Amino acid sequence: MRIPLSALIGLALTGTFLFVAIFTQWLAPYAIDDTTGGQWEGFSRMHLLGTDTIGRDILSRLIYGAQVTIFVALASSILAFSLGAFLGFFAATSGGWVDQILSRFVDLVMAVPSLIVALVILSVLPLNLTVLILVIGLLDSTRVFRLSRAVAVDITVMDYVEAAKLRGEKGTWIIFREILPNALSPLVAEFGLRFIFAVLFISTLSFLGLGIQPPLSDWGGMVKENKDGLIYGKSAAMLPAAAIAALAISVNLVADWILTRTSSLKGGRGG
Amino acid sequence: MADNILLQIKGLVIGATSYPPGEPPKEVTLVHGVDLTLKRGRVLGLIGESGAGKSTIGLSAMSYGRGGVRLTAGTIHLNGREIRLADARALRSLRGREVTYVSQSAAASFNPAKQIMEQVIETCLSHGLASKPEAEARAVALFRKLGLPSPETIGNRYPHQVSGGQLQRCMTAMALCPKPDLVIFDEPTTALDVTTQIDVLAAIKEAIRDTGVAALYITHDLAVVAQVADEIMVLRHGRMVELGETGQIIKAPVQDYTKALVSVRSLDHVEKAPAAPILQVQNVTARYRGTSFDVLKNVTVDLPAGQTLAVVGESGSGKSTLARAITGLLPPSQGRITFAGRTLSADLAGRSKDDLREVQMIYQMADTAMNPRQTVGTIIGRPLELYFNLKGAERDLRVQELLDHIEMGKGFAARYPAELSGGQKQRVCIARALAAKPKLIICDEVTSALDPLVADGILKLLLALQAETQMAYLFITHDLATVRAISDKIAVMFKGAVVRYGQKSDVLSPPYDDYTDLLLSSVPEMEQGWLESVIAHRKMESAGN
Repeated sequence: MRIPLSALIGLALTGTFLFVAIFTQWLAPYAIDDTTGGQWEGFSRMHLLGTDTIGRDILSRLIYGAQVTIFVALASSILAFSLGAFLGFFAATSGGWVDQILSRFVDLVMAVPSLIVALVILSVLPLNLTVLILVIGLLDSTRVFRLSRAVAVDITVMDYVEAAKLRGEKGTWIIFREILPNALSPLVAEFGLRFIFAVLFISTLSFLGLGIQPPLSDWGGMVKENKDGLIYGKSAAMLPAAAIAALAISVNLVADWILTRTSSLKGGRGG
Repeated sequence: MADNILLQIKGLVIGATSYPPGEPPKEVTLVHGVDLTLKRGRVLGLIGESGAGKSTIGLSAMSYGRGGVRLTAGTIHLNGREIRLADARALRSLRGREVTYVSQSAAASFNPAKQIMEQVIETCLSHGLASKPEAEARAVALFRKLGLPSPETIGNRYPHQVSGGQLQRCMTAMALCPKPDLVIFDEPTTALDVTTQIDVLAAIKEAIRDTGVAALYITHDLAVVAQVADEIMVLRHGRMVELGETGQIIKAPVQDYTKALVSVRSLDHVEKAPAAPILQVQNVTARYRGTSFDVLKNVTVDLPAGQTLAVVGESGSGKSTLARAITGLLPPSQGRITFAGRTLSADLAGRSKDDLREVQMIYQMADTAMNPRQTVGTIIGRPLELYFNLKGAERDLRVQELLDHIEMGKGFAARYPAELSGGQKQRVCIARALAAKPKLIICDEVTSALDPLVADGILKLLLALQAETQMAYLFITHDLATVRAISDKIAVMFKGAVVRYGQKSDVLSPPYDDYTDLLLSSVPEMEQGWLESVIAHRKMESAGN
C-alpha cells in the first residue's frame, strides 16, 4: 500500500496535534495561567514562542488550547454525525410524511444562520463545555442530515435494499448494514470538513466571548486576547491562527486520502 | 485485387493498464495479435462474449482506444494508409469522413438539447463535405431509406420525441450521411425489444446494401449477425477463434467454442402435466401511487408447485410489475393473490415471516442485487440467520453447502461481489434465494445481462434445482428462446394485460393472436435469409389486409 505524499504530511501533522492534545500535561512547559514574563515578549529560550497580552507563555497556552479545541470539535462532530446520519438514513428509508417532517424541520433550522442561533441559545444557557458541544453538534447535524439523506436516497432504490425489505429485515439492519457501509465514503469526506467547521465555529464563539471561558484557553480565544498586539507588530495573535489553519489543512489531507482509499474498495460506489 | 482491400489489420496487439484494488497497477493485454481483412462493400461480423475484445478491435479500425486502452503493436491500414501511428490531425480528418461509428445506446449518444437533423448533418458540415441544404437533402433521403416515419420532418424533432428504435435508425443515418467507406456498428440492436430489433436490423441491412458501404458489425448474438454479415469472425479472450463465411460458421463450425455458441439456444424442456396451483393470481389490477393509469389490468394466472410459468412481453408490458404485486412491493388495487392455500396480504408489512421466506426473488442485475460491501458469506448467510436462526460454524457450513450446490467451490465465501464474474454473481443470488428454502422463486430477467454460454449454464442450474427441490418458478423474460428452454406454462403480456395464457405447447402452437405472432416471428433464427423471409411475409400480409 502506497501512501501519497500529501496524505503523509496530513497524517504526520494530525498525529502531532492529537499527541499534543492527549499528553498536554507533560508537554506544556508552564501551567495554563502562569504569568511568567512581561507583556508580548518575543521568542526566547524561556518562552519559545513568546508571551501574550498579560505575560503568559504562548507555547503552553497553545498546547492547552489544542486539547480543548480538538476535544470540543471532535465531540460535537461525532454528535453531529451520529444524529444527522441516523436521522438522514431514517428519513430516506421511511419516505412519506416522516421524511417530510424531518426535512422541513431541518430546512427551517438551516434557514437561520447557525452563528445567530448559537449566539441566542448560548446567551440563555449556562456556558460550559457540555452545552457548547451540544449546541455545535445539534446545529451541525442539520448539514449532515441533508448530505446523508441525499446519499441514502440513491442507495435505497438499489435492488439489494429491496431484497432486504423482501427478506423481512428491520429498519435498523437496513440502515446500519445495507446503507451505512455504502454511504461511508462521502460521510468520511464530510467529517473532515465538518470537524474543521466545528473548530472554526468554536474559535468564532470564543472570539465573541461566548465560547470557551477563561481560565481555559482555546485557539480562537487566544486570537481575540492578542489581537491588539497586531497593531504593534507582535506575532502573538498569528500563532494560534496558524495553528487553526494547520489543523484544518492536515485533517482534510487525511480525509481526502481516506476518501480515495475507500471509494476504490472492492467495487464500492464510485470505485 | 489489392486495391479492393479497404481495411487491413495485421498482428494487432492492444493493451491497457488495470488498477486492481490494493495492488500496484499492472499492464494487461486485451487483444493478442489479431489479423483482419475487409474488402470494400463487405460486412464482417465480430462476435464473442463480453471481454472478448470485439468492441476494442472494432474501434481500432479508426485507430481509437477507449478509456486508456492503447494500440500497442501491429499495423492498421485503412485505404492503403497506416493509421495506428497517425497523428491527431490526420485521425481527425479520417474519422467521420472515411470511418463512422454507430453505438449501442442511441439514447445516451444523442445530445438531448439539439434537434436530430442538426446532429445528423454535423459531421458533413464540419468536414466540409457538403453544404447545409445538400447535407439535409442527404439526411432526408437516408431517413426515407431507413423507413423512418415522415422523413421530411423527423429531423426537426428532439431525441426524446422519437422511440428507441427510431433513434437507433437516426444514428445509422448520421453514420451514413458523410458517405464513409466503413461503418462500425457496435451492438446497434442489443438494447432494443425483439419486435423493434427486427425493423432496425432490416433497415440497417438495406442501407448497407444500397450504399455499398463496408461495415464491421459487432454483436454477441450469432443469430443477429447471421442476417447481416458476409463473413463472421469469432473472438474469445482477445484471440481469433474462427473466421469464415457466414454460412459455414452457422452450419458447419470447426472450433469447439463456435459449436457451443451455435448450439446454445437448442436447450429444450419437456413440459409437465397440469397440476393443482401453489400460486394463484386472480383478477389483479394495479397502478403506481399518484398515477391514474393501470399498469396491470385484470391479470389472472396460476402456477403449480414444481413448475415454471414464463411471463413474456416487451419492455413496458407490465411483467416486472406483476412480480412486484406478487411480492407485495406494489399492493394491487383490486384482485387477490393466494399462495399455498392462504391469501397473501396485499401489503409487504402485513406478511408473515413464512410468507416472506417462501417467496424469493432473483434480479436481472446481480451487480445491484448484492450489497457491494458484504462478502458472499454474509450475503448467503443472512437468510439463514434470519429465518432459521443459524449462527457461527453451523451457518458457515450451510453456506458452503449452498455454494457447492450452485457449483462454486471453496474460498468464495470470503470474497466480495466485485471479485466475481457475471455468471458467478448470478449464482450467488440463486444461492441466497435457495438459503430461504422457498416454494416459489421469481426470476426477473435473470439471464438477460449474461453472455449466451453463461446464461445457458444458469438455466441448466435452475432446472436441476427445480427437479431436486420442487420449487416453482415465475420466470419473467423477453427472450423466447429462454421460454422454450424452461417453461411449463406461458403468459404473454402486452400493455399490462395477459393476451395469451396456457400450457407451453398450446401457447407456442398456432393459431396465434396478432401480438404473439409478431413476437414469435421477431425472434432471430440462426439461418441466413431469415430476415428477408420474415419481412417479405409481413409485407404480403399487410398487402392482403
